[in-house]
Amino acid sequence: MYVYNDTPTSRSASANLQKLCDEHLKGQCDIEIIDIMKKPEVAYDEQIVAIPTLVKQSPLPVRRLIGDLSNKERLLVSLDIGR
Amino acid sequence: MQQVEPQEEVLGKSLTGIQGFDQITDGGLPQGRITLIVGGPGTGKTLFAMQFLVNGVRMYNEPGVFVAFEETKKKLAQNTASLGFKINELVQQKKLHVDYIYIERKEIEETGEYDLEGLFVRLGHAIDSIGAKRVVLDTLEAIFAGFSNEAILRAELRRLFRWLEEKGVTAIVTAERGPEMLTRYGLEEYVSDCVIVLDHRITEQVSTRRLRVVKYRGSTHGTNEYPYLIDENGMSILPITSIGLDYHSTTDRISSGIPRLDAMLGGKGFYRATSILVSGTAGTGKSSLALSFANETCKNGQKCLYMTFEESPNQVIRNMRSIGIDLLPWVDKGLLKMTAVRSTYYGLETHLVTIHKMVESLNPAVVIMDPITNLITVGAAADVKSMLTRLIDYLKGKSITAMFTNLTHIGSGLEATESEISSLMDTWVLLRDIEIGGERNRGLYILKSRGMSHSNQIREFLLSEKGINLLDIYVGPGGVLTGSARAAREAEDRANDVLRQDEIAALQRELERKRKVVQSQVESLQAGLEADEQEIKKKINESKLRQKVTTEESEQMAKLRKADANSAKKQTK
Repeated sequence: MYVYNDTPTSRSASANLQKLCDEHLKGQCDIEIIDIMKKPEVAYDEQIVAIPTLVKQSPLPVRRLIGDLSNKERLLVSLDIGR
Repeated sequence: MQQVEPQEEVLGKSLTGIQGFDQITDGGLPQGRITLIVGGPGTGKTLFAMQFLVNGVRMYNEPGVFVAFEETKKKLAQNTASLGFKINELVQQKKLHVDYIYIERKEIEETGEYDLEGLFVRLGHAIDSIGAKRVVLDTLEAIFAGFSNEAILRAELRRLFRWLEEKGVTAIVTAERGPEMLTRYGLEEYVSDCVIVLDHRITEQVSTRRLRVVKYRGSTHGTNEYPYLIDENGMSILPITSIGLDYHSTTDRISSGIPRLDAMLGGKGFYRATSILVSGTAGTGKSSLALSFANETCKNGQKCLYMTFEESPNQVIRNMRSIGIDLLPWVDKGLLKMTAVRSTYYGLETHLVTIHKMVESLNPAVVIMDPITNLITVGAAADVKSMLTRLIDYLKGKSITAMFTNLTHIGSGLEATESEISSLMDTWVLLRDIEIGGERNRGLYILKSRGMSHSNQIREFLLSEKGINLLDIYVGPGGVLTGSARAAREAEDRANDVLRQDEIAALQRELERKRKVVQSQVESLQAGLEADEQEIKKKINESKLRQKVTTEESEQMAKLRKADANSAKKQTK
């Protein structure tokens, strides 16, 4: 997950992500939170425009989700996570 | 967040270095502000923006950042490499930074609130890394294609523009034309300082490009459309030149290359920096006349730009050789520059811009366009006049003498087609066919020539291996004669002359003879008279003598008969 600094959106995105992992993917997820304020070059490499952006790298396909992940429905569908 | 700086009274400007543009805007783009460039596909938005950046580095020492939303690295370099921008070089020198932002809508799912901070981070990083003063976002509309939450996008746009201004960079944002609003997504709402529209239209199969400054806050700007063209050097825009007719006028005269023509023009030739129209029907020798002028110009060591719209330069040179004028040495010395292009290939404006560029680089004393016929039939009459006005204004402003040839058609009133443009011309030379006695010869006369007294007579215009010559035409009881009829009549005249002279001589001889005759008669009469005179005098003397003798004898007798005489006398009394 790519965030920027400590904005409310970034915080709530991180929180939602954590919640998602705990609730649906117990122990099966590998989360990395990268703050592009601290590492701007990452924004280039990963082509980050919107913040926050969640990049699901595996299982394929690679998916990009933008937003604070508050829309849980979309989140689950996008990540192919069954209930 | 930085403090927003108070708006300055005088708007600083950032020079673009794009030919013509800085003139139109009197200094370039608004410095530290955002300019929106709108145009359809292929109008040159990216090119303009890239030229702005590259010139910024090369000419004004201002590094720049180019953010491409749509083109790939390769494509961008390719498209601009042909223009000699050598982007990679500048990137390596850390004067230019190019960033490619991909927004693949299919990949993106929106799951809640977000902002575009990633964009800001990248942009900020790019600007700071090279100390950029110029930024281009091409095309920013791509974010609308990528993200669907318009409310967020618009808010972020506003934020972005404010942020750019705070950064103190001069930015260009490009956008596509929209069907209703100026741009598809209404970007013009966010850009308040400067909006430029690029237009590319096709009229009668010829493409014309025009630029218009729709908005430029705080600056006076021409609101007209300006034609521009794109070539291997990039974009060139033709500014409208002197709106006032205030170019310096001169009394210098230049020769046309044909002495007798100079004689017809008040004895000295054309005025420098005037416009001259040479018109005539096909085959009357307009090009020859024009090139003779070119030849004369080069002979005097001055440069001439000759633009032909119908023949190739080689053909022209060959043709002129046949009348004894060799143009090749001038071409070799760089005094004569010949360019050939089909007039119908480009639109009027493109031609104008091309001429502008060539004149700027060559700086000739004379420009010849041969012929302008097709140029003036391509556009509507009003357009044509406006185009020519601009061209002539521009050339006069540079003290360049301009000559145009025009083909008129047999049958139409000779002066009909040119009525629109003739008022722009200071001098008008007309070549016409004179058809008499089964022959067609060329006649030349000067229809008008401002500022000088000119001959109003028609001269016969002759082309031969020795060059161009103007002859007096024969004006006699049979009317105007030219060509072989003239020659014949002149021969006749000469013959008559000779005859008359013979006559006179004969009469004079006759007179002489008569005089002699009379003279001799007089002499003989006189001689006779003298002889008679002598004779008569002699007789008179004799008579006188006789009389004297008689009288003496009488007196003698009387003496002898004195007494008797007296007494006789007494008796007879």
